[in-house]
Amino acid sequence: MTTLPDAAQSPAPQPGAPSGYDVTRIREDFPILARRMAGDLPLVYLDSANTSQKPTAVIDTLDDHYRQHNANVARAMHQLGAEATGAFEDGRTKLATFIGANRREEVVFTKNASEALNLVARVLGDAGRVGEGNDVVITEMEHHSNIVPWQLLTERTGATLRWFGITDEGRLDLDQLEQLITERTAVVSLTWVSNMLGTINPLETIIQRAHGVGALVVVDASQAVPQLPVDVAALGADFVAFTGHKMVGPTGIGVLWGRYDLLAELPPFLGGGEMIETVTMERSTFAPPPSRYEAGTPPIAQAVGLGAAADYLSAIGMHNVAAHEREITAYALERLQEIDGLTVVGPKDAEMRGGAVSFTVDGVHPHDVAQLLDSRGVAVRAGHHCAKPAHLRFGVQSTTRASFYLYTTTSDIDALVDALNHTKTYFGA
Amino acid sequence: MEAYETNMDALYQEIILDHYRNPHGRGLRDPYEAEVHHVNPTCGDEITLRVHLDGDRVADVSYAAEGCSISQASASVLNDLVIGRTVDEAMGLLDDFTELMQGRGKVVPDDDPRRDRLEDGIAFAGVAQFPARIKCALLSWMAWKDATAQAFTDHSTSDQGENE
Repeated sequence: MTTLPDAAQSPAPQPGAPSGYDVTRIREDFPILARRMAGDLPLVYLDSANTSQKPTAVIDTLDDHYRQHNANVARAMHQLGAEATGAFEDGRTKLATFIGANRREEVVFTKNASEALNLVARVLGDAGRVGEGNDVVITEMEHHSNIVPWQLLTERTGATLRWFGITDEGRLDLDQLEQLITERTAVVSLTWVSNMLGTINPLETIIQRAHGVGALVVVDASQAVPQLPVDVAALGADFVAFTGHKMVGPTGIGVLWGRYDLLAELPPFLGGGEMIETVTMERSTFAPPPSRYEAGTPPIAQAVGLGAAADYLSAIGMHNVAAHEREITAYALERLQEIDGLTVVGPKDAEMRGGAVSFTVDGVHPHDVAQLLDSRGVAVRAGHHCAKPAHLRFGVQSTTRASFYLYTTTSDIDALVDALNHTKTYFGA
Repeated sequence: MEAYETNMDALYQEIILDHYRNPHGRGLRDPYEAEVHHVNPTCGDEITLRVHLDGDRVADVSYAAEGCSISQASASVLNDLVIGRTVDEAMGLLDDFTELMQGRGKVVPDDDPRRDRLEDGIAFAGVAQFPARIKCALLSWMAWKDATAQAFTDHSTSDQGENE
């Protein structure tokens, strides 16, 4: 098993890094970062907003689960079943602690953040909490997974979909706050940290207004939970959705945190095994949360692995992760903006900003940028990043996005800048 | 695992970059019998393409497209190749081009029998080595195929109408 970074023993912290934060040592926990890419080039992984890499602690936990403890949960009357059930439920407890939930039963495992958001949208509609005469308010900077479920809900129920615009700087246009969130509003759903612009949204202001008019607040925290300290109880939102694979955990698992009283009151999402209390041929009654929302065999190994991911991040300390993210983002913003013809789409400084930087390069299409960077071992994402409306807002069809995480170094950024200069030369831009 | 091609010159042939910088036949023109809008949903590249047929001949292909160098150059080459051909000949070129894209980069352009038929299009042989870019190269061709099929359907429907 991997040893976690120990602040006291860190030999050579990077200049200006949070005290004791040793990125070199953290990188040793991620085997893939040692990979050589085609042409024997080192991997420069700048696509963590897409998916993060996995530390040995998580990989070994998954391996150990399948080798030693694999069984179905909550129904196998044997030793392995008890072990697997225990490990799965420990995963839930670890996640609840990691995000500051008041009760472990508030953590519902889904397959990803998209499913978590769809779950909320579906059951709020089924419960009659959104209907004709109601508004659902989202924002123009949402990922498609926090747009489409609400379009489907409002089409299904006759409610009206409304949204916040974005300022030129890439912030939510809060001037619209009082016109948008009104007595008609049933739900406000918004991202905490934009996956495209990097913007960190002022949740407190939105939640206060929404609760003031009796609306529920759903937060897409897919980019927030991996990089910021999160305390859902203090946050005051009603639902928070995020995914495991962006926080050094496995793919195939997401989390919906919901206020317990709401989860206890709302109807089921999917029907099937393990979500029932009793079933007759005519009708069924349903289990209390979280089981009510977890039909069928859940992502067992993934929950165990995600628990290990939460332990790993907690040992480093989310305040340290956030400080590192901020510092790397500030460095990247500064270096990128030195490049002629490069335009950052989104806030230009690291204030209230996450570690995803989208940009355009004059004269070179983002796909061509990404291709050239890849030929230098630099992995970024190009395209619309599942945020087409946000791109449209800034008059661009697509962007190149570099995104950072706890293992990103300033030399990764330098490699990015070098590769971008090479790209410009190659295309004569 | 096959070696991953990182030689950018294999992908970005000079011919491709020329077409990208100076695309042929760009813009939407009248008359036309069918117009389609195709999108590559993974990356957002898009093309609006019109087909004008004169009997069984491709009289014009006009387009407005936004996308990477590969998708733009491909639309330009398509324009060069199909205008003036019979629809059957042009569909044969589509087959050639599609086969080239499925060649997994094993096609040697200089020795390939399709070279004479595909003209500048043979430069896309290298694109087949980059699986993520094949869709870019095929976007305009698939739009053209779709538009041509629609133009034919509408045409034969209206012919029937006139005969009645």
